[in-house]
Amino acid sequence: MRVIAIFKRVLREMLRDKRTLALMFIAPLFILTLMFFLFNTSSDTVAKIGVSNVDTTVVKAIKNKHVKIQHYGTQATAKDQVREDNLAAFIKQRRGKLTVTYQNSQPGDSALVRQALQDGLTKIKVQALVAATQTQKKALQQQAKVLKTLVAQQQQLAAARGTSQTGAPMTKSQQTHVSAPTNYQVTSHYLYGSADSTFFDTFLPILLGFFVFFFVFLISGISLLNERTTGTLTRLLATPIRRGEIITGYLMGYGLFALIQTVITVTFALTVFQIHMIGSVWLILLINFLLALVALSMGIFVSTFANSEFQMMQFIPILVIPQVFFSGLIPVDQMANWLQWIAHIFPLYYGGNALMNVATRGVGLSGIAFELIVLVLFATLFTTLNVVGMKRYRRV
Amino acid sequence: MVATTIDVRDVAKSFGSNPVLKQINLRLPAGQIMGLIGPSGAGKTTLVKAILGMEKVDAGTTTVLGTQMPNRQVMQRIGYMAQSDALYEDLTARENIRFFAELMSVPKPQLAGAIDHVAQVVNLTDALDRRVAAYSGGMKRRLSLAIALVQDPELLILDEPTVGIDPELRQQIWAELYQLKAQGKAVLVTTHVMDEAERCDYLMLIREGIALAQGTPQQLEQDYAVSTIEQVFLKAGRLQDESHSDL
Ligand SMILES: Nc1ncnc2c1ncn2[C@@H]1O[C@H](COP(=O)(O)OP(=O)(O)OP(=O)(O)O)[C@@H](O)[C@H]1O
Ligand SMILES: [Mg+2]
Repeated sequence: MRVIAIFKRVLREMLRDKRTLALMFIAPLFILTLMFFLFNTSSDTVAKIGVSNVDTTVVKAIKNKHVKIQHYGTQATAKDQVREDNLAAFIKQRRGKLTVTYQNSQPGDSALVRQALQDGLTKIKVQALVAATQTQKKALQQQAKVLKTLVAQQQQLAAARGTSQTGAPMTKSQQTHVSAPTNYQVTSHYLYGSADSTFFDTFLPILLGFFVFFFVFLISGISLLNERTTGTLTRLLATPIRRGEIITGYLMGYGLFALIQTVITVTFALTVFQIHMIGSVWLILLINFLLALVALSMGIFVSTFANSEFQMMQFIPILVIPQVFFSGLIPVDQMANWLQWIAHIFPLYYGGNALMNVATRGVGLSGIAFELIVLVLFATLFTTLNVVGMKRYRRV
Repeated sequence: MVATTIDVRDVAKSFGSNPVLKQINLRLPAGQIMGLIGPSGAGKTTLVKAILGMEKVDAGTTTVLGTQMPNRQVMQRIGYMAQSDALYEDLTARENIRFFAELMSVPKPQLAGAIDHVAQVVNLTDALDRRVAAYSGGMKRRLSLAIALVQDPELLILDEPTVGIDPELRQQIWAELYQLKAQGKAVLVTTHVMDEAERCDYLMLIREGIALAQGTPQQLEQDYAVSTIEQVFLKAGRLQDESHSDL
């Protein structure tokens, strides 16, 4: 019952504070939109593609206003040309096989090339299909003509005999030749990073986790700090409330806001940007909720070491920003060994991992169980520290 | 025999090397209003917090309503008003009172009635739905008092309840305190206002952490051979300083 009172109060205070509410719900959308345009095709950039020994039909099909084609001799190697001429990609053909090497330092450029290539190959397939159907159509028309004459002949015969005959022997139909659509086999290489380490699609789930973590950390931390500096915390402890009930009420209140924030951002990304999310949205929500709990308990814990809101802000470069580096935006497994170890002490490392696995690889609950457990442990650890730490105000 | 609501025995407390309370003994029976007076920094607030179990004491015990403090459950039977207002500024006065009433487990059916009653006592009925951020200092003080009264506690501990409150309202509040006393409730109040001190049943003068004088106002005036509590206050202080310089 007392937990509910705290919970209701947290909600009410939050709803009163329209600016903070806007910060929590609208700022992520703003940042997402910005990132979307930064990382995705903008209409006036042009990506350079080097081609070597590629069929002219393919080159013609690939060509659009976002890519510029540069021709090379058969000896040219992808690695050298990409580096020398700063190409976004290099395409080499051997029979029906296309080997594409992406530079991939500008994710937007890779996306442009990928798009152009996909569009081009589809175009070729469609053209082939259209050609094929046209020959088929011609053949069919011919068959129809033959049939007509046949039927006419039969009707004449039947009229002569007075009986109808249905099972007339078919004349041998004309052989139709359908040419198979030109199928190019495409293999992709990446000079920097990998195919899925640079997509906005991949960034997005991690960003979601980061937003939740950042805002909940800051808002809940400052909120408890205010509670401490205005004396209401001491006043609260002059009632029969348990220390754990205060923390639980906070967890519920801010947890709810974190959930709403996640739902809004995920819905926004899925509907407005049409992001592909392979895994379950429910798992994404669950991970974000756990991240919110960790952020909340951490924020509350850290707020005990701050005496003002400004001092609370000082924890951001120390505790929040480094987490971004280890959240998976930069591949952790390519870091130096000792850095990889450091990564393991940050909650966002586990959160980011789980989010990426669910969103881009469709991993299920069992696949991210370890990460979830670690997050729960983080939340438990800090919550316990908070409950114990409040003994300073009241020993029971 | 009248039940004892507060029983403080040999309490001592120091902050670091600064002794704030030395050997304080205090007993408050039910149905009495007890006043704590003393100069600023004498240790009144510290004593109040020690009684509530919110401040750790170095020696001695405090027992409230038969239970040794600190104790969580007993808090429900104590109405506490802190020296500095601790209110949620973004919420309305009604929401503030309701929140603390919920924490104090006031039954839901009685909630609305209790809020209206305490608002009337402190004369805030018309401003009940305004945000506390828009309140004046005196209004906040009254709201804090309303919160202390809302669960109809057996014991009221009020730390300077009438600071910033006009004389008319002060009369009204004291009338309410007398009414509570008539219901057999006990009140412990700290104050710097000497005419309020005169209205208490029992007074305790704390100075430099020592219970310098205690008794009914009349008794104190007799003991010090003066006619007002204010003079008791000054004379006792003078005597204490003299005894220091004698040493
Ligand atoms: N948390 C604390 N840490 C260190 N010293 C403290 C603390 N709280 C109070 N003190 C000291 O204890 C002494 C008594 O303080 P207290 O607040 O009890 O005085 P008071 O009698 O209530 O004064 P006032 O009438 O001004 O409210 C003061 O000297 C004060 O500096
Ligand atoms: Mg005081």
